[in-house]
Amino acid sequence: MTRETVIEVKGVYKSFKTVQAVRGVDLNIPKGQFVSILGPNGAGKTTLVEMIEGIQKPDAGEIFILGKKWKGHEIELRKVIGLSLQETYFIDKITVAETLKLFASFYSLGNKRVAEIIGMMGLEEKRKSYVVNLSGGQKQRLALGIALINSPQVLLLDEPTSGLDPNARHEIWNILFDLKKKEQTTIILTTHYLEEAEQLCDYIIIMNEGTILREGTLDLLLDNESGKKVIEFSLNIKDQFTEIPFLDAPFKIETDIQADRGRVILEQIETDLPILLNYLKSKNLRINDLVFRKQTLDDLFISLTGRRINE
Amino acid sequence: MNSLFHKNQMLQLISVHFKEIIREPGILFWGIAFPILISLGLGMAFTKKADTTRKLAIVETQSTTNFPGDTNTRFSILFKKNNLKIETDRDGYTNYEIVLHDELLGNSNFHFVKTTWSKAMVLLKRGKINMILMEKDRKIEYHFDPLNPDAQLTYLKLTKIFSNKGVEIKSAGDIIKPLTVSGTRYIDFLVPGLIAMGVMMSCMWGISYGIIEKRSRKFLRRMVATPMKKSHFLISLMTVRILMNFIESALLFLFAFLVFGISIKGSIPALIMIFIAGNIGFAGIAIFISSRTAKTEIGNGYINFVVMPMMILSGIFFSYHNFPDWSISFIEKLPLTMLADGIRSISIEGAGFSEVSFISFILVAVGVVFFTVGLKIFKWH
Repeated sequence: MTRETVIEVKGVYKSFKTVQAVRGVDLNIPKGQFVSILGPNGAGKTTLVEMIEGIQKPDAGEIFILGKKWKGHEIELRKVIGLSLQETYFIDKITVAETLKLFASFYSLGNKRVAEIIGMMGLEEKRKSYVVNLSGGQKQRLALGIALINSPQVLLLDEPTSGLDPNARHEIWNILFDLKKKEQTTIILTTHYLEEAEQLCDYIIIMNEGTILREGTLDLLLDNESGKKVIEFSLNIKDQFTEIPFLDAPFKIETDIQADRGRVILEQIETDLPILLNYLKSKNLRINDLVFRKQTLDDLFISLTGRRINE
Repeated sequence: MNSLFHKNQMLQLISVHFKEIIREPGILFWGIAFPILISLGLGMAFTKKADTTRKLAIVETQSTTNFPGDTNTRFSILFKKNNLKIETDRDGYTNYEIVLHDELLGNSNFHFVKTTWSKAMVLLKRGKINMILMEKDRKIEYHFDPLNPDAQLTYLKLTKIFSNKGVEIKSAGDIIKPLTVSGTRYIDFLVPGLIAMGVMMSCMWGISYGIIEKRSRKFLRRMVATPMKKSHFLISLMTVRILMNFIESALLFLFAFLVFGISIKGSIPALIMIFIAGNIGFAGIAIFISSRTAKTEIGNGYINFVVMPMMILSGIFFSYHNFPDWSISFIEKLPLTMLADGIRSISIEGAGFSEVSFISFILVAVGVVFFTVGLKIFKWH
């Protein structure tokens, strides 16, 4: 049985002066799915999410949330959507509880919901602290709390852990794990952290330069059912990678000049590895070390774009 | 139910904006203490007449070279007759001072610097003196700019002195009655002007700058992503600002009442009406000028563009009737002039509702028009 579609994006385009930020994106996100939009800075993630949030208008294409367009249904949709922007500063000298109470009032909610959110976000000790005195992680938890205050059916989080230290990031992840387990909320999260997408999300969309490069579950994207493996190796003479283009190699060998390593994806390691080794031998190249591992999203991104997500 | 919900939303917005202001000590200082300090400083300066010092140069000529040894020059006679002080300044010039006591017009100190013509010209160009005196054949030559009113007064006073008629410049039998009763003093003119200026500054900087900053920090973008009623956000900002202005102005008036004894001669409800009208007018203008930009630097320019001309022209510190006649009818139509004149007419002249109702209506209309247009073109992100 197919689940009800909550977010539908059809052929959406958006440009800003000289930059075409989103170029023909189509999406169908079913109810309860936790989706990550993964891509480097400037990939168009924020623009796409802001169009879904109704903050930006597409130049072309259509967006439906719960079957409704933004035009004519704004107040109705605002009531069922929760969001956290990439960057938001709340008022410095207003306390955590007061900030939540203000936002609760926009949804006709009162102190009970404020107390629930403070508990859910682990901000009990900070409820009377001014926003200006919160750490980066606490501010992000407050932003997440505000996004959740109306128990939204659709939650849109734009890089919620960007710039946080690993501890603060894991605190946010734990809250999102809990939410995923308990609620039937449809979540879209943009990130450039591979680990975040891999660990939290059911479905991953990889974006670059305004288009969707690949989308699917993690297993599907990485072709984990097949025997595909990533081989990384270094040569015994330093900086040899700068001299050899590997144009006649039997497999596509990508070189990381900075790390002084070569990288190749093999479909069937048992048969392909001897071919690779023979090729290197024929070029009089001697291997210093060689490792093989499962493919990651970063490997996939490199093979699709030739660059790393976090470059 | 719906109205209850909107009421709660509005109360929360007002509460947050109010707390935002009162928790910032700097805002309280600049909003409350600073206008009081200005009124204190200017009030003291203009209500207690300070002694006037008039500096003049005496240029040595043949007949004054031996001065003051030569007891026959008119200068020597003058200094001998009056309270003469002799001192030598840093440049080695001899200075003479005559203090002419006058309770009604204030004491006049004539400070004579004996120097050369070229040095005297330097002092004149630097504004340190406004007159050069020379004596030739027992006749005194006065060199001064006839367009300089201060120099004219110095000349008048000196001619009386040198003609041995004493320091009195009033004719025998004339009586000078100092105007120090409430309502006719400078402080009575100043405080209503300061209140009007405070309203303008508070609205323009408090509302406009606050909105621009909230836009640049993406707070407005976050707010508009909720079902919040947009007009509520702006009306709450205006309400809090009017409330703060009321507190600030009341404290300033209280201070001026306690220290300078100023009072409100006209109708207090009319005063409240024009005060609220002025606030609505300036708050509307503030919403309009902050409706688009997200850059505080550009916002500064917009605010100054509105504030500076009115600060200069609207007669806050001194009457705008000193400006050329052709400009007066324009100046009178500026919102700050209307507000300041309206408050003055009530507090000094004893005006009531009928005298200020038209300008109150105009100020409210200005506010409503600018608010409506501002809301229409308002950029939330």
